[in-house]
Amino acid sequence: MTDASIHSPASGGKSSLLALDARTKRRNAAEARFRMYGISAVAAGVFFLVVLLGAILSNGVGAFQQTFLTVEVYLDPAKLDKKGQRDIADIKKVSTFGYTPLVQQGLFDQIEANGIETPLAKRKDMKALISASAAAQVRDFVIANPDRIGDKVEFRVLTSSRVDGYLKGRVTRESVARDKNIKPVHLDLVDSFTDLGIIKKEFNWSFITGADASESRAEQAGMGVSILGSFFMTLVVLALALPIGVAASIYLEEFAPQNRFTDLIEVNISNLAAVPSIVFGILGLAVFIQFAHLPQSAPLVGGLVLTLMTLPTIIISTRASLKSVPPSIRDAALGIGASKMQAVFHHVLPLAMPGILTGTIIGLAQALGETAPLLLIGMVGYIATNYPEGIASGFMDPNSAMPAQIYEWAKRADPAYYERAWGGIIILLVFLLTMNIIAIILRRRFERRW
Amino acid sequence: MTVKLTASVLAIAAVSASAAFARDNVQVAGSSTVLPYASIVAEAFGENFDFPTPVVESGGSSAGLKRFCEGVGENTIDVANASRKIKDKEIKACAEAGVTDIIEVRIGYDGIVFASQIDGPAYTAFQPVDIFNALAAKVVVDGALVENTNKQWADFNADLPAADIAAFIPGTKHGTREVFEEKVMVAGCKAAGAFDLYMAANGGDKKAAGKACYEVRTDGVSVDIDGDYTETLARVDANPNGIGVFGLAFYENNTDKLKVATMGGVAPSTESIATGEYPVSRPLFFYVKKAHIGVIPGLQEYADFFISDEIAGGDGPLAEYGLVSDPELEATQAAVAAGTTMAEGM
Repeated sequence: MTDASIHSPASGGKSSLLALDARTKRRNAAEARFRMYGISAVAAGVFFLVVLLGAILSNGVGAFQQTFLTVEVYLDPAKLDKKGQRDIADIKKVSTFGYTPLVQQGLFDQIEANGIETPLAKRKDMKALISASAAAQVRDFVIANPDRIGDKVEFRVLTSSRVDGYLKGRVTRESVARDKNIKPVHLDLVDSFTDLGIIKKEFNWSFITGADASESRAEQAGMGVSILGSFFMTLVVLALALPIGVAASIYLEEFAPQNRFTDLIEVNISNLAAVPSIVFGILGLAVFIQFAHLPQSAPLVGGLVLTLMTLPTIIISTRASLKSVPPSIRDAALGIGASKMQAVFHHVLPLAMPGILTGTIIGLAQALGETAPLLLIGMVGYIATNYPEGIASGFMDPNSAMPAQIYEWAKRADPAYYERAWGGIIILLVFLLTMNIIAIILRRRFERRW
Repeated sequence: MTVKLTASVLAIAAVSASAAFARDNVQVAGSSTVLPYASIVAEAFGENFDFPTPVVESGGSSAGLKRFCEGVGENTIDVANASRKIKDKEIKACAEAGVTDIIEVRIGYDGIVFASQIDGPAYTAFQPVDIFNALAAKVVVDGALVENTNKQWADFNADLPAADIAAFIPGTKHGTREVFEEKVMVAGCKAAGAFDLYMAANGGDKKAAGKACYEVRTDGVSVDIDGDYTETLARVDANPNGIGVFGLAFYENNTDKLKVATMGGVAPSTESIATGEYPVSRPLFFYVKKAHIGVIPGLQEYADFFISDEIAGGDGPLAEYGLVSDPELEATQAAVAAGTTMAEGM
């Protein structure tokens, strides 16, 4: 009797569990609609993710390949060591500008040796093909091996960014029609050299390990130094934010009395977590550089700024994981005579550790991808050029960071840098993904549920 | 344990930094127009000398000069790049902070070009007056100044295409904007006769009349770009009728996407700018703190190297990138070698 009145309050008469009435149909339809909304929302998210990843991969993968050129260079004693004493001071006096013609001559000789027909009849015409970095490479070799002067030595040097772009399909014959750096005849020559195996595309390790390069040598630029910059900044953040954050949250969660003052602190920590990162950049500029006189562009300063930014994230996640440890654990510890501190450090903290570490790693990943505060403390520009010499130099010497380097490359004029910016994003994403996976593994392995 | 170790290493590093930190690399900041040239020089400098590669930051001429004028000492920059001459106001600010001896170095000239999308309408022949008529806040109609309502280029010059006006010009924080105002807007203003009208309205005050000529219309036809040329390029790329203001070097790196317009019948190139035929160009500078020479290793060598013939000369890498080399380079070299400051040079 009651059943019937629930199923059909209005009609009051025949009703069946098998035949749906209008109201149930409406409810079912509403549910189906909601499911569809949900699925389309997820689908939209997945779609954008796929588009984004597709764009990143298709634009950036080219940066991991680079075109190289094998050239035999005659290390002419008349040019490189005029006095013939093999004195290193004399050899060093010859600048890279003295080496450039030798490298060009080396490639130019290949034209005749292989019987290639080309209207390019001058040694200087080879300039469009060879990267400016080649001369520096040969000079470094000669300074390291002065006894090889007078020999013919084979070098594997970079091609210019235009030639590299041509082999990757970025530069075409039509697009160079009005380019003053390279002409279609050069591209014909590149084709011949490619057939002979003199010009080859290979995996580009120096993109991952190398230093930043100037505006005119996109082909030489690499992320290596800025990866180290990011590494040292992350160390600073880890060394400062983890102990300070954990200590603050243990005190607030376990020891602090509940009063207006602690409430105020609590609210402000949440507020701090929402402060835009650029604000921390201005703060860092004013406090660390202008007041404390720490050096410009140093990863130490970058790390300090990012510490300020990461602290609230770590405090909030640490407090949440401390809170999730059941009170019975504390009560049991106190019940058998442990002091408050013993209860916290011997029992609560170990149980909260996986949560704390996860929060810290997420905070670090966030800091690793942050660009805005770094703009203000001088980490954007032509900065990441020298490898740090040791630990102190790693913290103090000017360096950039991965996201700042990507930003800088995206601004530069040569389209080859655009490709490298996307390549840099791939490297950054790999780092972020690794950190997130570590966080997930830690959580999966050590997390305990009550 | 490791955390403790890193923390103590950090503490030591921080203490040694504030106490006796000896900087061994040259630090440069300033104009983003000069940055490409400075980075090319810094790279070659690092390769050819036993000093570390100098650090070059960007951020704009004004920001660079402001930091330059913060004072003397190792935590201030040694060199400021600028795409305009230092202002008297800035020299005064410098002097107040103790930066009294400044060496001014002119490295060459930079051309400013107008360019549109490669498939866009043929804006091949501009005169400054065309740009003024398109972009100024007020234009001359029948001898009187009225609000600019020109919608299409053909509205005021039948030789130009009937395409909507859409211009992307550098924002006011850029040194490029000043050149645009002085070399294009004022020249156009005079040619259109608006300058005389402004003169009359301001009681013969040349300065006020010039300022009035700078006024750009605010109805969305002219857009200020505060970012870099890459942003301007993206805007022009997205707008078939758009015309953007670029540096010559940037244009030469993107000839596959951009079509350059002539100004006064002359196409921009390093040659036409050097001879002065192409009117829109400006000198580029860097400023050296004399007090840092001898203290920061490599500073004198860097300054000498920057303007040496093999770098800044007609066949050097800077000219190849798009710098118009300075015909008076020799005098500059002598002045830098002798350490002639701005006060002594006058």
